[in-house]
Amino acid sequence: MMRSDFAAIANWVEPGSQVLDVGCGDGSLLHHLKEAKQAHVYGVELADDKVLACAQKGLNVVQQNLEGGLALFEDQSFDKVILSQTLQTIHQTARILSEIARVGKECVVSFPNFGHWSHRSAVLLGRMPVSKSLPYQWYDTPNVRVLTIADFEALAPAVGLELLDRVVFHDGQSVEFLPNLRGSLAVYRARRAK
Amino acid sequence: MSLGLITPQVLNFVTPLKLQSGASIADYNLVVETYGQLNAQKSNAILICHALNASHHVAGASANDPNDLGWWDNMVGPGKPVDTNQFFVIGVNNLGSCFGSTGPMSVNPETGRPYGASFPVVTVEDWVNAQARVADHFQIEKFAAVMGGSLGGMQAMAWSMMYPKRIAHCIVIASTPKLSAQNIAFNEVARSAILSDPDFHGGDYYAHDVKPRRGLRVARMIGHITYLSNDDMAEKFGRELRRADGDSDEYNFNFDVEFEVESYLRYQGEKFADYFDANTYLLITRALDYFDPAKQFANNLSASMKNIAAKFLVVSFTTDWRFAPECSREIVKALLDNKLDVTYGEIDAPHGHDAFLLEDPRYHNLVRAYFEQIAQELQS
Repeated sequence: MMRSDFAAIANWVEPGSQVLDVGCGDGSLLHHLKEAKQAHVYGVELADDKVLACAQKGLNVVQQNLEGGLALFEDQSFDKVILSQTLQTIHQTARILSEIARVGKECVVSFPNFGHWSHRSAVLLGRMPVSKSLPYQWYDTPNVRVLTIADFEALAPAVGLELLDRVVFHDGQSVEFLPNLRGSLAVYRARRAK
Repeated sequence: MSLGLITPQVLNFVTPLKLQSGASIADYNLVVETYGQLNAQKSNAILICHALNASHHVAGASANDPNDLGWWDNMVGPGKPVDTNQFFVIGVNNLGSCFGSTGPMSVNPETGRPYGASFPVVTVEDWVNAQARVADHFQIEKFAAVMGGSLGGMQAMAWSMMYPKRIAHCIVIASTPKLSAQNIAFNEVARSAILSDPDFHGGDYYAHDVKPRRGLRVARMIGHITYLSNDDMAEKFGRELRRADGDSDEYNFNFDVEFEVESYLRYQGEKFADYFDANTYLLITRALDYFDPAKQFANNLSASMKNIAAKFLVVSFTTDWRFAPECSREIVKALLDNKLDVTYGEIDAPHGHDAFLLEDPRYHNLVRAYFEQIAQELQS
């Protein structure tokens, strides 16, 4: 099954465009964009097994640690740079955000929303949340940053990111009303602030 | 599974080959081995380019010595990452080498004596031009892939630049777009060892029926140090003393072999001096030094890749300090600048530069996956 943010992201990708997926995992999204949008796609990924999975799909993939930024990629060299559910796994938050805005004419950022009511109530009851969007125990999570929709929107201008569009989901359904409380996954379209 | 016994073929080329230096060479031989079957469309050919001390004998067992397995037998063969059930693979011994192709040991038809020091300096680009004639011989218009590690990777890269229409995929492993000053310095130490050996006789030692063995030994020892990582050497040898079981582990206070690592290096040097030619060592290290495709593009590697049409697989190894991952990243960056298709694996292997010859599953799986994609492309 396709992740709910994939459809939203695909909607924002023009056919035939140049796309870079930063933290591309097994390449599922890139594969979808290549097939559905005839996009020319590249991924960046660190894990050996995921790099291999991309190669097995015939995708361009560069094995690299994102903590060091995107030095291999020139300014504004891609139509879209995607950071899909990867932001929360990177220590250098501000740096990766300004890097994707540097490399992409536009970028897409998605992340699990810690502000969802179920997460808030778990904390209120004294435990760290474990949910569909945050499926890990606190002691073995790959997530090193937890953030809410409001947190991200406060940070974006500070790192030079202009937010253009936002879609929020819960259980695959779009959430319009009280998104920071009712949404578990946020997806943004953004660009480098002029 | 291996390929079984392989017999090399000798190809003779009469038309003079113009070399980068301005010299040319006429009437030369290149020794090749082939594995697998060339398909009817002649579209499934893979060229394997060798590095410093290797040869055309890439895979399988040598017909005249069944114990002599090809240098990349773990990579090339039936069911191997480069699968000879799918592909027709060619190994070629480069011009100037010492495994049967025309080189300094060969007799110069003009003088009736071995070329020796008069053998022209050859470059990576010269080798590629010579290899293109091998492709012509087999009526291969376009290689499905050209592949090489280290110096072999330079040849693969040069193929993509010099014959963009004749190569679909380029596989560059543990290589670099140019040697660093440190690399050239290591080569210079190795060459100095050979040039200063009294048995070198200005390169014409064949006439004296000797060989600059001492020089070759030192050259190989220094080379070998740079192919291994510090960790790998520590793991293999540590500070172990060379002692028979039960012998004292006190020092002997002399300059014989004391440590295991010394014994290893001497053995490697000795073995190398047996089979390798000193003039070839000079030629090949010089070809390494000279390779720098960006030079004629104002040192802009991206500009040198403007005409490339091939898709790339680039692989480096984290502990390779001879051609470190930064060198491969430079290649990847230039490919990305040109929006060329590239897959880049940076394998966290402990074995230094030599890792490209070893069987690390992460490395081999990646190469296998890449070649499976090539095979699929050929079928569609």
